[in-house]
Amino acid sequence: MTSPDTRPHQGSPDRYPAGSAAFPHRDLTGLAGLAPWELLYLLDEAQQWVELNRQSHKRVDRLKGLTIINAFFENSTRTLLSFEIAGKRLGADVVNMHAAQSSVKKGETLIDTAMTLNAMHADAIVIRHQSSGAVQLIADKVDCPVLNAGDGQHEHPTQGLLDALTIRNAKGEIAGLKIVICGDILHSRVARSNIHCLTTLGADVRVCAPPALMPADIEALKVTPFHDFNAALAGADVVMMLRLQQERMEGQFIPSPREYRHLFGLSLDRLARAKPDAMVMHPGPMNRGIEIDSNVADLADRSHITRQVEMGVAIRMACLDVLTRKARGLEGWA
Amino acid sequence: MSNPGPITFTTGRIVLASGEPVSGALRAADGRIVALGDVAPEPGDTVINARGALIAPGLVDLGVFTIDKPAFHFGGITRAALMPDQNPPLDRPSTVRYAAQSGKPDLWVHPLAAATRGLEGRELAELALMREAGAKAVSTGRRWIADSGTMHRLLSYCAMLGLTVITHAEDGGLTGHAVATAGEMATRLGLPAAPPEAEALAIARDLTLAGMTGARLHFRQVTTARGLALVRAAKARGLPVTAGVTPAHFMLSDIAIGDFRTFTRLSPPLRSEADRQAVRAALADGTIDVIASGHDPRGPEDKRLPFADAEPGMAGAETLLPLTLGLVRDGVIDMARAFALIATNPARLLGVNAGQLVAGAEADIALIDPDRPWVVDSDKMAAAAGNTPFDKQGVQGRVTALFKGGSPVG
Repeated sequence: MTSPDTRPHQGSPDRYPAGSAAFPHRDLTGLAGLAPWELLYLLDEAQQWVELNRQSHKRVDRLKGLTIINAFFENSTRTLLSFEIAGKRLGADVVNMHAAQSSVKKGETLIDTAMTLNAMHADAIVIRHQSSGAVQLIADKVDCPVLNAGDGQHEHPTQGLLDALTIRNAKGEIAGLKIVICGDILHSRVARSNIHCLTTLGADVRVCAPPALMPADIEALKVTPFHDFNAALAGADVVMMLRLQQERMEGQFIPSPREYRHLFGLSLDRLARAKPDAMVMHPGPMNRGIEIDSNVADLADRSHITRQVEMGVAIRMACLDVLTRKARGLEGWA
Repeated sequence: MSNPGPITFTTGRIVLASGEPVSGALRAADGRIVALGDVAPEPGDTVINARGALIAPGLVDLGVFTIDKPAFHFGGITRAALMPDQNPPLDRPSTVRYAAQSGKPDLWVHPLAAATRGLEGRELAELALMREAGAKAVSTGRRWIADSGTMHRLLSYCAMLGLTVITHAEDGGLTGHAVATAGEMATRLGLPAAPPEAEALAIARDLTLAGMTGARLHFRQVTTARGLALVRAAKARGLPVTAGVTPAHFMLSDIAIGDFRTFTRLSPPLRSEADRQAVRAALADGTIDVIASGHDPRGPEDKRLPFADAEPGMAGAETLLPLTLGLVRDGVIDMARAFALIATNPARLLGVNAGQLVAGAEADIALIDPDRPWVVDSDKMAAAAGNTPFDKQGVQGRVTALFKGGSPVG
């Protein structure tokens, strides 16, 4: 394991290799295995878009003439909207394909769908799919960059990056922070991408879940597992709550939502065990009153939930920009 | 095919039940072995010079899902026990009778009768009638019988009939829809996973029931250290229990699923490296009795899918022999035991007069160059589909000629 890059993030062009070597990948299918400087490069690239998005005129023409297909095989509102806005603010032509309206429902195989999308000469394809590994399967078959917008329980890399950007912008530095991720770790691709990203950047990551929702050998991902949420919260800088993914659960994993809340819900009382300035995060959509109380989610100075959504657009702009450089004749991936 | 004339294989190395292969010749007539060792061809014999190749029994493959003659013949397989998981399932005498005739003359298919109607694990199928129709053993198919009462009745009934019950050892409640073994790899990939103890749980129950009923029980695949320890202990107690495995579980661990490659999606799933080593140890100490191919060719419609959506199974007939010979090369087992695992023991379990080179046995003979190197290539396989987890892997050992009942194949 490479030790994380802990240099301060202001004005340090020497923290990653020059040119295309800063992110030498065609696709972004996951954050596992990425080097610290590759993650930092994407975070730094996103910063310019954070600033652009706060202006009244929010459009550039960097991706003018390029076609981006958002192929969503699983229902999504927030992520799809975020990718669509990201593409449009960069000036690309963005087309959304919903599985519910496509021939996928008529029995066409995933590979056939991928080949069809490929034949339309997309310059990037953004894919969400309900099966782990599906995005890699498509990436292996198409000629353009592929962005994973969530595959099964595997990864959701742009969510991991946007969470890291949210934390960095609030805390200045990720290395050394105590970060608690609590909830349905087993079924969560968000948890996996966050674990890979935050541990690679040097954070002390704790994961907390009831045993049935904790994946086996999670320690191998360099995190500390907890079943006692109160213990996990002690001294935390960041508390990241996950949604109970009841639609992914096969069989009964918890006795009831109210019992889950009793043990794993984030209340004001519980939050007091974390540091006084601890950030509260949630990837959304929230089940208010189950994993997070409304008065915690709405804490003006502590809750960063809407900030996460804001960072999401900037991160997706950065990823689309970096991955389409070759299509634009710039020095991009090899 | 008419009755083959007498044939003598000369200057080969004969694989015997124990010890190293011995130089000599083997003579067959009327489809059976008549003499071996220091024998000479008689006038009128067809003489085949083995040129130093191994003279070995044709392989008896215990538990294949498809009759795939080109692949079987490539792999030296002259008899294959067909799993009942067919469409329709082998759960009635007529389908068993048809399956039993489906390979002749150059491949003998031994149907395994479905233990329960529709393989659904509820009502016993007509096992005695299927035995009359040619079934050589009874199988629960790809699945475990969850209901202990049903399994108890099945085992006691088969004990009466003298039929071995071949079962799948994974507790279905614990396994659910898992496609991987719980552990670091499944956690990284986000794949539905079940603890490896699902196997030991199933074995513990079925051993208890076998002990109560006196039935002969064969676990088609035992792939974990805990499961193997239970089998080892049961054998020590004298229970008539046997165990099998496929090369996947002594060659690969779950590291191999790392790139979501569906050719490594198997049932049971690939295990940890520690379990792989336990399988090798069990091959060495005699706990495992049978190595089978589990041959299950699957085309792109079943395999070119996301990992959890793909069907399990591998095309294994062509690699059964070389990967088993690899165990000899690695010093895990000797040559005699290799052929006990892939021919003698499965033939004995099925109750057929084959699987070893003795006078009076069927002349199912493979001439084998045990050292010839070749590369497994999923695009160029004899099998109906190329779903091998050993794609592009170099192996050694190749059948150079094959005879079924004294007649040349192919």
